[in-house]
Amino acid sequence: MIDTIGIVLIGIGIFFDLFGCLGLIRFPDLYNRLQASTKCVTFGTGSILFGTFLIVGFTAAGIKALFTIVFIVLTAPVSAHVLARSAHKANIKLWDKSVCDKLNEDENE
Amino acid sequence: MKSLRWILGAVVLIIILYSILFYPFQILIYEDLPFIPVLRRIIFILLLSAAFCLYRIFKGPTALDRIVAIDILGILIIGLCSVLTISTGRSWYIDIGIAWGLQSFIGTIALSKYMEGRDFDD
Repeated sequence: MIDTIGIVLIGIGIFFDLFGCLGLIRFPDLYNRLQASTKCVTFGTGSILFGTFLIVGFTAAGIKALFTIVFIVLTAPVSAHVLARSAHKANIKLWDKSVCDKLNEDENE
Repeated sequence: MKSLRWILGAVVLIIILYSILFYPFQILIYEDLPFIPVLRRIIFILLLSAAFCLYRIFKGPTALDRIVAIDILGILIIGLCSVLTISTGRSWYIDIGIAWGLQSFIGTIALSKYMEGRDFDD
């Protein structure tokens, strides 16, 4: 029973990874690509690791999988934030149809 | 025209996924768990996602696009190591995943601070 839940979680995570990387190809802008790919791939890989923990159980590999989930959840938003900030400071243009740019307005005041 | 392109892309993706899931590869199968053949098939979907990331690294217009793709590639490899841990039954694959994630995090932050055009002690 718990193995079935684990394999279902692994399947969900792998399809989230696939759609995140599809967004990495299809979206028009650096910021859109960063948003889609970071969220989808973080949730997808977290789901894969939790399914691994459910299948393997409380062994060495299972505990390491739990530590890897904590590590990814702490570090992936930090790296995404630093990337978006440095892209905005390096004057990379937004997409043509983007609605607003609040950081640019704040810095010009 | 745009809907035609979308339908064409969806058909190509469905053909690739069908050939991954049902084409008879010659794969060594362990008899421990009943769903190990399914896991062996599912690994190829992760490799397809890695191919998408490599396309963005090849094509990306600016350097920061390539850094984004490299970051996502590192997170994909952590998931690949996690699946390999189950399908081969060897627990040291997840160690490779932990080490790769740490290196990828430090590398991404260092490269993006370098592209910002400032010092590292900002």
